[in-house]
Amino acid sequence: MKLLTLNFLTCARRTCKTSPSSFPLHPREAELEILESELNLVFLRNILPRLMWSELRGIGEELGLPSLPESPPSREDLVTKPSPAKPSSVTEPSSVEEEGGEGEEVPSQTAKDLHRLLLETTIKEGKLVCGNCGHEYAVKEGVANFLLPGHLV
Amino acid sequence: MSRPEDTLPPDLFYNDSESRKYTTSSRIQKIQSDMTRRALALLSLSSPSLVLDIGCGSGLSGEILSQADDEGTPGGPHVWVGFDISASMLGVALEKEVEGDLLLADAGQGVPFRAGTFDAAISISAIQWLCNAESSEDSPAGRLSRFFNGLYASLRRGGRAVCQFYPKNNEQKKMVSSAAVRAGFGAGLLEDDPGTKNAKTYLVLTVGGGDLDG
Ligand SMILES: [Zn+2]
Repeated sequence: MKLLTLNFLTCARRTCKTSPSSFPLHPREAELEILESELNLVFLRNILPRLMWSELRGIGEELGLPSLPESPPSREDLVTKPSPAKPSSVTEPSSVEEEGGEGEEVPSQTAKDLHRLLLETTIKEGKLVCGNCGHEYAVKEGVANFLLPGHLV
Repeated sequence: MSRPEDTLPPDLFYNDSESRKYTTSSRIQKIQSDMTRRALALLSLSSPSLVLDIGCGSGLSGEILSQADDEGTPGGPHVWVGFDISASMLGVALEKEVEGDLLLADAGQGVPFRAGTFDAAISISAIQWLCNAESSEDSPAGRLSRFFNGLYASLRRGGRAVCQFYPKNNEQKKMVSSAAVRAGFGAGLLEDDPGTKNAKTYLVLTVGGGDLDG
């Protein structure tokens, strides 16, 4: 499971819905795996305002990842404008093209770090624990089990 | 042939051999991918989005969601999260190394995401299962209500969902769409090839919008 998904998942129990501590779920005994994927600048820009940044920082800390800045990057922080003098052949290959034909937008280091954290860092094994009810959701082969026994629905 | 949802709950029906049969039949794959493309056209996403796939099965729709705009997926590639009640279907998706995240979850228990998570949601041939109550402590109405309430909350304002499903009859069609409306959705039912054995029903849902033509 990607850390992106963990930034949106809540406890599935109905009684936890109203409790703020049912988000985020806390990874325990987590085994992480990096699964590389193509950086998508437009997607990062889209998702950025929806992230819960301080919760993301907290989860990163719990997982022992390098600490994140206190405030989230801005959309502008995600792009490096290539200088016009620079020949395009030495710039980073990128599939993301800016609309309007102003040439390619180059993802900044901030964008690359965010992509690595949200979309490539995955929880392969372990469990996710609700901070409110303590329910543990097992993660196996990257798949979290959210099936609840009938009496907890 | 009896309808699978009339015989067994999906987690029992889609055991390993059924999952494989389901995903290797090229005829079914073709129908599934046609319906996914139709649903995506109805979603009309214009840029890479976060999409929920309800009843993602072995990831047939997910593979399309992961394709780029120039490969035929409008606004793609999208990032998706899929959930399914069948562990063996998800096992097939894992083997294929699909790009989306997979959750073992029952849509009839709700949608465990915080408010405003997804840009859109898609569901292909899944939500008719919600009309089956698998235990004495649960009812189709309860399952439909938990699902649509959860889905409504998990979509961002202005978001859309398209659920293709196989209603058993008109009554079931009405039961499903009225459950969606009660959850707050603007809802429209769209039928392709009506009155034929290839009839396909799409429930088109909008959040914070009016009813759609359908
Ligand atoms: Zn909980």
